[in-house]
Amino acid sequence: MSEHNEIDRVSGRSTTGHEWDGIKELNTPLPRWWVLTFYATIIWAIGYWVVYPAWPLVSGYTTGLFQYSTRASVATDLADLEKLRGEKMAVLGNASLADIEKDPALLALARARGKTVFADNCAPCHGSGGAGAKGYPNLNDDDWLWGGSLDQIMQTIQFGARSGHAKTHEGQMLAFGRDGVLKKDEIVTVANYVRSLSGLSTAPKFDPAAGKKIFTENCTSCHGDNAKGNPELGAPNLTDQIWLYGSDEETLVETITNGRAGVMPAWVGRLDPVTVKALAVYVHSLGGGK
Amino acid sequence: MNKPVSPDELTTDEDGPLYAPRKKVYPQSVSGRFRSIKWRLMAVCLGVYYLLPFVRWHRGLGAPDQAVLIDFPSRRFYFFFIELWPQEVYYFTGLLVLAAFALFLMNALGGRIWCGYLCPQTVWTDLFYAVERLVEGDRRAQMKADAGPMTVKRAGRRALKHAIWLMIAWWTGGAWVLYFADAPTLVRDLATLQAPVIAYVWIAMLTASTYLLAGYMREQVCVYMCPWPRIQAALTDEWALNVTYKYDRGEPRCSVKKAFDIRSLGEKAGDCIDCNQCVAVCPTGIDIRDGAQLGCIQCGLCIDACDAVMTKVSRKTGLIGYDNDINIQRRVAGKQEIFKPVRARTVVYASLITVVCAVMLYALMSRTLLDVNVLHDRNPIAVRLSDGAIRNGYTLRFLNKRGFDRVIAIDVDGPADAKLHVIGADSVTPDRPMIVLGRDTTTELRVLVTAPFDEKAEKSVPVTFRVTDIGLGEVASATDHFVLP
Ligand code: SF4
Ligand code: SF4
Repeated sequence: MSEHNEIDRVSGRSTTGHEWDGIKELNTPLPRWWVLTFYATIIWAIGYWVVYPAWPLVSGYTTGLFQYSTRASVATDLADLEKLRGEKMAVLGNASLADIEKDPALLALARARGKTVFADNCAPCHGSGGAGAKGYPNLNDDDWLWGGSLDQIMQTIQFGARSGHAKTHEGQMLAFGRDGVLKKDEIVTVANYVRSLSGLSTAPKFDPAAGKKIFTENCTSCHGDNAKGNPELGAPNLTDQIWLYGSDEETLVETITNGRAGVMPAWVGRLDPVTVKALAVYVHSLGGGK
Repeated sequence: MNKPVSPDELTTDEDGPLYAPRKKVYPQSVSGRFRSIKWRLMAVCLGVYYLLPFVRWHRGLGAPDQAVLIDFPSRRFYFFFIELWPQEVYYFTGLLVLAAFALFLMNALGGRIWCGYLCPQTVWTDLFYAVERLVEGDRRAQMKADAGPMTVKRAGRRALKHAIWLMIAWWTGGAWVLYFADAPTLVRDLATLQAPVIAYVWIAMLTASTYLLAGYMREQVCVYMCPWPRIQAALTDEWALNVTYKYDRGEPRCSVKKAFDIRSLGEKAGDCIDCNQCVAVCPTGIDIRDGAQLGCIQCGLCIDACDAVMTKVSRKTGLIGYDNDINIQRRVAGKQEIFKPVRARTVVYASLITVVCAVMLYALMSRTLLDVNVLHDRNPIAVRLSDGAIRNGYTLRFLNKRGFDRVIAIDVDGPADAKLHVIGADSVTPDRPMIVLGRDTTTELRVLVTAPFDEKAEKSVPVTFRVTDIGLGEVASATDHFVLP
């Protein structure tokens, strides 16, 4: 406020000395309650500093009288949530997988639970919507290395693939090239043959009969006589349109030369049984289940 | 006008006090036309407020039978025959728009009549004043008592006043929570201490705010806290009727006797006898004779007071009345008074109100009771199956706003040969999935549409989901796109 205040000619009151476009501001004091309220807020703020964590120190901060901490309050909230969730999840725990899918309310519950768990645990590999990526199966399609029924999905989630768990899925694509079983030109030939199985184009000089021979001698034990794969061994169907690592000749040559052995971790000790159940239902309901 | 200030008086080194102590207002009781209008409006407002939660409205099994209910847990709003869902909040937007235009229209016609007659602050303050006068006496008695020492009798009266005030405040806060749960049940639960804690918290908060605002803050709410006086000042025009002191008729003020003398000399004497009655009754403590001002809430009590005085001195009433400056100028110029309620401004407001009402009414009448929304999967946006076919996933959300369960069938119009699969739907009807929608609920389902891959097809074709109520034949639909990878 200026030291040298004017008196307003008309009202006879002092002005604050502020002027805008020739209009001067009268010095109209605030009502008492207003001023008192203002002081009260200041006192309140001081009380707040004392009671709650407020001031940063060199290493740490003032913790306040109540020992309040946001971390502790989050922990309490989480515990409450777990309790609430436990009650709801018990219902899922008691129902069979098939029953859950038949009951709209249970299905919605399982899907909701499954969705968040999926986002937390599975999305890093399979993508937030389960769309997968090269080497990580798309869970929305109908091609399943280890089977796509509810039970099979649940089994895979529980024990994983090549995870090291005693009950895990085992079986791998051998490294035919690296191990010297097949020679380079044989690999190219069989790669072309495999492409022809699902109607893809082949190299001009490709000899189908030779390809078939190499395939029959080396591959049918896992992929089957008709090349339709074997879920017991995680051997993919080679006649369909879906390729986990890619279907171009170069990729196939790489696959046959060095083999493939993607790993899916076992979730059995990391997620509780009901959560795994919800996850299985969720993944099945993505649409690719059988 | 104030006397001119000499130039050497024009500066000061003093800043003045930091705050202005409040001057207590002791409005005097008054009776008359506007006072009785105010009493009646008060009775209506309070009656509606306190009784509405107890009005019943039958809606069928399982639905609440309270006429007006804001049901937070199940997220429904009931207003007589209207039931609104959260996604229909635009009705509230409509109501707010309507309220704003109604306020504008009132303002264009009669200034701040909202403030003077209907505003809750006015209604409750008026009620609190009535209690105060009943217990502590009228203006004079109160002023005298406040100036004198505190006696036992006075302390007793004051305690009684605060007790009644608190009771009204408590009743006010109590009525508020009844709008959020079944009123009779809640009253019983409150009495037996079974009600949820939040109900008691709200009652406590509203009791405190009613007591403070109506008992202590009073006119200060209107003068310092309320934004409406500022807004309305920008909205008003020269035709709006405001409580006005007709200075053309009142000035110069002089006593009855002096006026008689002046008039007998053939000169003009004003009708105002400077009795200050208009000031004494004013609940905001202003002098309306200073002209239109922010403190005036247009309650019309000064009109009643002055009319009574004018009648007593056998002069024409209406020295203070709903008038405007235009008419004062016209009377001074010897012209006829005119009142123009129909002006561009009022016509525009009235038509806007009509339009908003019509739109809302239409929306309410054509409100669908079966609805479906669709959300396309974003990741993946399309899936290729092992046989080469393309599949898109969607989330369908169904809204059944009826009070009973119903069975619906879902059909899809999309790409050629599209097949529909509803996860969790009845497997008995695979070609035309059917599901049961619970009453008054939303149901969310995952739906897959599969179509053969056609190289020449467009990258994206519209897909429409049609939902048919098997029993009633009601139909709803939603459209999205079917895309190729
Ligand atoms: S001046 Fe008259 S109308 Fe305005 S608030 Fe006072 S009594 Fe009411
Ligand atoms: S009540 Fe009427 S006569 Fe009395 S001072 Fe007010 S305006 Fe004048």
